[in-house]
Parts: sequence; C-alpha cells; structure tokens
Amino acid sequence: MGYTLNFAAVWRSFDLLLSGLALSLGLAVVSIFIGAAIGLVTAFALTSKSRLIGAPARLYVTVIRNLPILVLVLFAYFALPQMGVRLDKIQSFVAVLAIYSGAYLAEVFRAGLLSIPRGLTEAGLAIGLTPMQIRGSIIAPLMLRNVLPSLSSTVISLFKDTSLAAAIAVPELTFAARKINVESFRVIETWMVTSALYVATCFLIAALMRLVERRLALPR
Amino acid sequence: MSSTFLEQLWIARYVVLSGLGMSVSISLLAIVAGSVFGVFVGLALVYGGRPLRLLVRAYTDIIRGTPVLVLVLASYYVSAAAGLDLGPFSAGVLALAVFCSSHVGEIVRGALQAIPRGQTEAAKAIGLTFTQTFTSVLWPQAMRQCLPAWVNTAAEMVKASTLLSVIGVAELLLRTQEIISRNFMSLQFYFLAGALYFIVNFSIERFGKYVERKTVLPS
Repeated sequence: MGYTLNFAAVWRSFDLLLSGLALSLGLAVVSIFIGAAIGLVTAFALTSKSRLIGAPARLYVTVIRNLPILVLVLFAYFALPQMGVRLDKIQSFVAVLAIYSGAYLAEVFRAGLLSIPRGLTEAGLAIGLTPMQIRGSIIAPLMLRNVLPSLSSTVISLFKDTSLAAAIAVPELTFAARKINVESFRVIETWMVTSALYVATCFLIAALMRLVERRLALPR
Repeated sequence: MSSTFLEQLWIARYVVLSGLGMSVSISLLAIVAGSVFGVFVGLALVYGGRPLRLLVRAYTDIIRGTPVLVLVLASYYVSAAAGLDLGPFSAGVLALAVFCSSHVGEIVRGALQAIPRGQTEAAKAIGLTFTQTFTSVLWPQAMRQCLPAWVNTAAEMVKASTLLSVIGVAELLLRTQEIISRNFMSLQFYFLAGALYFIVNFSIERFGKYVERKTVLPS
C-alpha cells in the first residue's frame, strides 16, 4: 500500500489538540475531586449500620454503575432543561462525571473502609472523640492511603471518560481530533497522535499516583 | 402537544425494540470476539517469549490507555482511509472487540499468574505435556478466578456499545435520539433508554453473581 504518513497537518493544529488535552484534564480534575467527596460520603453511608442510610446509597451506586455514561451525559444536557434545570455544556458534563465517578469511587472507598480494624474506632471513642471526628481524622486518612493502588485505575478510566464530552460539543481532546480529522483528512495521523496523547497522559497519571502512593505509604 | 408518552411509545415500539436488539447483538459480538482474542492475549502475556510478550504488552497498554470513543472513531475513520470498506457496524464492533480483548487479556494473565507454580511442577512431575497441564490443571482454575472480572467487562461492553451511536450505528441510544427528534419528549425517552440499559446490565451483574456462587472453589 503506497501510503506515506504526513503529520504536517496535525502539527499545524497541534495547539488545538493541546488545548483540548488541557480541557480534558481540567474536566477530569474538577469532576474527580467533587466525585471523591460524593464517594467518601456514600462509602460511609454504605458501611453504616442503619438501613435507612445504607439503602439509598446502595441504590445510587447500583443505578449509576449500571448506566452507560453517554446516556447520562445526553440526559443532563438535553433532557434536564425540560425539568427547568439549565446547565451549560461544561457544567452539565462536570455534574455528570462527578456523579458518575462518585458511584465508582464509593465502591473503592467502601472496600478501603472495611479494611480498617474496628479497634481504631474503639480507641477513638475511648479518648473521647465524636463519631464525626473519628471518621474525619482517623478512618478517612488511613483508608485513603490504603486504597491508593486501586484508586489509580479508577482515576485513569474516569480521565478517559472525559472523551464523551465530545458528544455534546465540549472542545476537549476527542472533539479537537474530530475537527482536525474532517478538516485535514489526515485520518491515520490524527488518530495516531490523539491516541498517543491519551496514552501518554494515562501513563503520567499512573506514575503520579505511584509517586503519591510511595510518599504516603505507611511506615511498616 | 396533545399525545401522551404512552401513545408516542406505542408508535415507536418497533424502533425501540430494534435498537435494543442491535445493542444486544453488538455487545454479544464484541464480547465473544474480544474474549476469544483476549484469551490468546493473556496466554501471550504469560507464556510468550520476550519479543512477543513486549509486543502484546504494548498492544494492551495502548488500547487500555485510549478512550473507547477514540478507538471507535479511529476504527471507523482509519479503516475507511486505509481502503477497507468496513462500514460503521463492523468498524464499531471491531473497536469494541479490540478494547474487550485487552481487558480480557489482563484478566486472564492475572488469573494464570495467581495459580501457584507448584501446580505446574506437580503436573510436569506426573508426566503431563504442557497442553495437558494447561487444559486440565491451569485453565479450569483460571476460569473460576476470571469470572467476576469477566462479567464486569461484559457489562462494560454493553455500556460501551452506546458509543457506536456516534458513528451512526442504529443501536438503542441513536434510535432514542431519533425518536426524541420526532416528538421532543427528551426527558421520557432518555429515561426509557436508561431503564432498558439498567435492566440489561443489572441482569448481567446478577447472573454473574449467581455463576460465581455456583463455581466458587470449596475452601
């Protein structure tokens, strides 16, 4: 096959890809931080002894985890305005990704909470801390350190999910790639470079998470 | 608009059903093809020589580091540019199968490596060939170990099948969008699509739990 790769068109629009990547990362960071807060609260609810608190949390996690995120993205952007909730593209996508990541992170955190020995809660009670103080200053910090290894793959997959913002025309990396694709017709080159950017970013996130993990590892 | 949701649903009933059928067939094709290929990926990762292992490792890492939407778009546009006339359906299924294979490959690798080395040695000691060791000692155990993660991947694939709507495959989500563009009932019909996806995925999850209970090794 006499095809010669020619990256000139892609390099000319490389700025577009880079600003798309920056937006992707921005969306991921904001949504994952909100999602982590939702996930933490949900994880405590999931492990609570009261069914009244546990059942709604279980429902939230089960429903969200069994829905395709693209349906949620389209729902938030096109259907919510019918109910009077008007969000712009970026707001509605961040809201969806935060709620979506909340459900996945809740499961990760729940597994972490179960690995914390009961003795620590009892010790906290014994020195007179309130249950809220015990959660905030004993259990949550320890749990976060414990779950860092499994957090990494969840964070990477949530970062990859930012590509779905292209479906509602948020100008992130995949959207930029499609634009360059149809403008330049350098199809193979465009997708090679885009894919390489995603893979490189995922490797960076993984390396960063490993670094944090080593820094925060409990002394044995 | 005077017509109600139920009337609109009745008008669109075949469209919804054909979309659901399409989604299920896409997912099934992708899961079957991806799992078969994925087993070979897993085997290559564990038993392959160094060059093969590196090659397959690069394959899985690149596929797993790329969003499925990018795989779908790339498969669609690149196959057309390369002169292969795949069409949206085949290109989409190919992308999902490739994605599935890299995940199944990792699952199989993890399961095979979790089996203690002593078992392979014991099999060698009683004179089994590698093929015999694999089919009657390692594989049955690895299968059980794989099962929960594999069911998870299957549910993942049903969710990923929605991405084929972007390249114009008439699966459930694209059908839903078509219906909405006709009657403007976006709230109701996105809700319906969500409910259908939930039912499919929830059944897969329950079925997985059931099979897992049935096949768990007595400890």
